[in-house]
Amino acid sequence: MEHSDVYVGPEPHIEVYKYYGGVVPVAVVVALLLQAFFPVYFRWAGYLELPLLVTLYFALSKRNPSSGLLLGMVVGLLQDSLSRTPLGLYGIAKTLVGFVASSIGARIDVEHPIARFLLTVAFYLFHHAVFSVTSRFLLAQRNAVYFTMPILIASVVNAIIAIALFPLLDRFRRPS
Amino acid sequence: MIAVPSRHKSLTLLAGVIVAQLLLLAVQIKRDQQVRLIRVWAVELMSPVQRLTSWMIDDLGNFWGGYVGLRHARQDNQALRAQLDNLKIRNAELESRALEADRLSGLLNFRDSHTEVPMLAARVIGASPDSSSMVVFINRGSHDGIRRDMGVITPDGVVGKIIAVYSDTSQVLLLGDKESGVGALLAGSRTQGPVKGTGEPRLSLDYISNDEKVTVGQQVLTSGQDRIFPKDLPVGTVAEIMPDRKSPFMRIRITPAAHLDRLEEVLVLLSRQEMTPKKETDASTAPVITQPSATKGPAVAQ
Repeated sequence: MEHSDVYVGPEPHIEVYKYYGGVVPVAVVVALLLQAFFPVYFRWAGYLELPLLVTLYFALSKRNPSSGLLLGMVVGLLQDSLSRTPLGLYGIAKTLVGFVASSIGARIDVEHPIARFLLTVAFYLFHHAVFSVTSRFLLAQRNAVYFTMPILIASVVNAIIAIALFPLLDRFRRPS
Repeated sequence: MIAVPSRHKSLTLLAGVIVAQLLLLAVQIKRDQQVRLIRVWAVELMSPVQRLTSWMIDDLGNFWGGYVGLRHARQDNQALRAQLDNLKIRNAELESRALEADRLSGLLNFRDSHTEVPMLAARVIGASPDSSSMVVFINRGSHDGIRRDMGVITPDGVVGKIIAVYSDTSQVLLLGDKESGVGALLAGSRTQGPVKGTGEPRLSLDYISNDEKVTVGQQVLTSGQDRIFPKDLPVGTVAEIMPDRKSPFMRIRITPAAHLDRLEEVLVLLSRQEMTPKKETDASTAPVITQPSATKGPAVAQ
């Protein structure tokens, strides 16, 4: 490609990480299982959004919008299929999260814990907003809310978990 | 081969994935009345197109009906006007025939109520060209048994008498003519006096004494003394009474009972046999009269 004004990949100073085979699927499955398992025993686990965190992590790390949105779609559809929501509701939200996170990850360094915290809060709210808009306007669910204090708290809780989770997942990176 | 930038590939892929999931949602979700969302979307997507198409078709139809389809409107209008004129003429003709049927029905009823007197129905076919004389022609003549000096009446009253007979027509001198007269009497007092024509719409009852008590509206009947009309046929009603100080008789004007100015069908009295007093005829039981021929008129009575 000789187009100097066309985006062709991550910024040169941004490193693109790769993972050992099976890490991504295993991480997704574990996140979904825990997401389904925890709320049964822990009430506070209702605030968790582990599939979102996994999607966000790999999208930010891989820095490829196409793979990011496809990962988001798969995780979202799996989450839809395990929950009572119509297929596609989480799928659309996580597809957009995967795409946007990959695009952002390709431009800025997201390795710093503060950056990860802020990005997680922002993407949690973005995810919730997309979910609510889809529910309200496409499915006519008028009780869908865009922003409440519990949602803000949930975003912070998930961001705190992300700060702990993301370094754990960093261990499965393949050395470049 | 055109190279597609990876950013555009991602956006295209994003759009495709989002649309696919939207369709997936639409297939699953049912709105009110259990209509699937995808069907709702499809209808809402198609309905503007359908409305536009319908609007275009309607406008085209209106254009066709309002302009193109009216190419022959002028000719149609003219044809319809001509048809309307014909129908008006036909309607007038039918109304005329209905009126004639009513009149003939009246004649028939009158004849049926006086079966003791032979009568012959006739149609007035012409009038005298001389304005100073009041005569009409009827379509009955000597071949029908008409003779001079026979009385002519209508159910309303005395009309006049036959003054000339031809083979198929006769001439009738109307009561209003100056040369005409009929023996009459005042109903009630039975005072007799001749009624004469004056050449004007009203008649004159002569030789009624000033001492006689006469009132306006009083009926005047035939006396039978003239040997033309039987007794007690209506002649007219007293319209005006003028005492004459220079004469022993008052001047009395009579309004004719028969409509002498618009005669169309009449009855000719074939004999001078006395008439019995009028019977009240029930119109509902009156026999139906057949339509007379235009040339010969009503059928001959017995």
